[in-house]
Amino acid sequence: MTDLLLEWTIKIAVILGALLTAVAYSVLLERRIMGFIQLRRGPNRVGPFGLLQPAADGLKLIFKEDIIPSQASKLLYVIAPTLLLIPSLMIFIVIPFGSEIVLFGRKIALQVTHFDVGLLYVLALGSVSVYGIALAGWASNNKYSLMGGLRASAQMISYELALGLSVVGVLIQSGSLDLVEIVRSQGGWNGMHWNVFVSQPLGFLVFFIAALAEANRTPFDLPEADSELVAGYHTEYSSMKFVMFQMGEYCNLIAAAGVSTTLFWGGWMGPGVETYPALSLAYFTAKVFVFVFVFIWIRFTLPRFRYDQLMRFGWRVLLPLAILNIIITATVKLLVS
Amino acid sequence: MEKALFIIFAVVSVAAALNILLQRNPLYSALSLVGTLIALSALYVMLRAQFIAAIQIVVYAGAIMVLFVFVIMLLNAPKEAPYIEKHKALRFLAIPFAGLLIAEAFYVIRLVKPIQMPASDDSAQAVGTTLSVGTKLFTDYLLPFEVTSVLILMAIVGAMVLARRGED
Amino acid sequence: MQSSITNYLPILLMFLAASGLASILILLPRLLARRRPTEAKLRPYECGVEPVGSARERQSVKFYLVAMIFLLFDIEAVFLIPWAVAFPHVLKDPAYTPLKYVFYGEMMVFMVVLLVGLVYIYRKGVIEWNR
Repeated sequence: MTDLLLEWTIKIAVILGALLTAVAYSVLLERRIMGFIQLRRGPNRVGPFGLLQPAADGLKLIFKEDIIPSQASKLLYVIAPTLLLIPSLMIFIVIPFGSEIVLFGRKIALQVTHFDVGLLYVLALGSVSVYGIALAGWASNNKYSLMGGLRASAQMISYELALGLSVVGVLIQSGSLDLVEIVRSQGGWNGMHWNVFVSQPLGFLVFFIAALAEANRTPFDLPEADSELVAGYHTEYSSMKFVMFQMGEYCNLIAAAGVSTTLFWGGWMGPGVETYPALSLAYFTAKVFVFVFVFIWIRFTLPRFRYDQLMRFGWRVLLPLAILNIIITATVKLLVS
Repeated sequence: MEKALFIIFAVVSVAAALNILLQRNPLYSALSLVGTLIALSALYVMLRAQFIAAIQIVVYAGAIMVLFVFVIMLLNAPKEAPYIEKHKALRFLAIPFAGLLIAEAFYVIRLVKPIQMPASDDSAQAVGTTLSVGTKLFTDYLLPFEVTSVLILMAIVGAMVLARRGED
Repeated sequence: MQSSITNYLPILLMFLAASGLASILILLPRLLARRRPTEAKLRPYECGVEPVGSARERQSVKFYLVAMIFLLFDIEAVFLIPWAVAFPHVLKDPAYTPLKYVFYGEMMVFMVVLLVGLVYIYRKGVIEWNR
């Protein structure tokens, strides 16, 4: 038992460290790509290629004045960012980063844990993170914040439905909610039997769009639409509390990339993972990187939705498509059996 | 280990439940209820009811309580005026009712027989998994399940009728 | 790869680690940053203009309706998930062979009933934000 506890603790420490680094550098990556897309250089002064920029920004933000507006609900105002950050970090304990590798003569599975309701756990954390945003908007006692918080929560719950229904097709393929089992079910065809090729292109499309909306990314970034709401629900936040929102959002972005990879793009599966297990980690990282890049690319390519369009798209297009996907997958499965 | 965890989660759930009653601000009460629900779902996991535990978070903490928080935020319900002050007589009714409730709780606790928990890696622990719940629900309990769909439909119509009353 | 109940323990560990990190992030500026609050700094931000009224006004009932409808359809999703998990196992298991069409059919009936609900929502214009 102590052995197991030690293993979990080490894995969690490693994941937290890797995740915080990844978050810092995806912010930098986003700013650099934004620069290139807009024909300018982006941050390139601090360190080679601007690689030390995240550290400089972090240091600056720690020393910024921490403001609690006089009319805010103090307690809620302080805990709201933690309610967004904590669930977004907790998702990562069930994501399988690779198959089993041997380290120091010991077999180590490359995920912290896996259990029967793995995917439901991810969806549950996604649904709980609504509170952080809704309460931040309310606690700030600012009109822009409240409007941003309300918009964000209504948007997140609307697209959560499509998100939850789009994974049902994957479940019909794998017969399990355990993410490790879901990856293993995509192991055929020399590691290329990925759900997105086999039967779930429509499911993936719905999941991808819904995940963009869940993470409040463009074209669904109405909660922080700068031109109308200043900065949405975090208008009143400064210093490290602002950083926590930023971290939570980028964690959700990376989590969305990781879960899309796991469910639809074979997770760590790929040619040659049977013989070289370490390859699995490389495959997973590469796929997640591609997803993060696509998320950033979309941000600087597409304009923002209008709110009525957003609602209509979620409920009238995405939701019926998700249901259609379930019916098609189940029917094909029944006929093939 | 298991006993220590049980005590922690039990204390958290009871404390959060008490906080629901003691808070004057309805938003804090709602959040305490979310805390209670999460602690209870940890207890469900310890009872091997894994699927129910996950559903508890998804549906209760993630949907029903979001609705509650929405209503509180949208209505901007003022801080609760002490109800007792307006109806002094109720205070004297509270004591016998509380006594009755405690007696009833004790009676139920005495009635329940302790069950043998399956050992940690027993096949019997598969009772609470998604697969076993799914198979049972859609074979043995088919009719209640189909009736549920009609119930949800009725709830949709009911919600619309109540929310849109007096608008047309 | 038997997954046992102890596999849920890391959730608690990760929760504690994440809460610890969050507390550190909240405390750091308290220790390191200087605070010089002024009245104007602590006022709600309204683009530099004196704030008008309170932010806590009553909001559109549409948000509430969306939350209500979401709740009802979320319950639908909750029924679909155990069904989807059990479906491939039922198809594979020879003991269930005569039952497999029933198993498939009952969920289709369930979804048709809920699609009726969805169409009703469309017709009532809950989703139409500009009305």
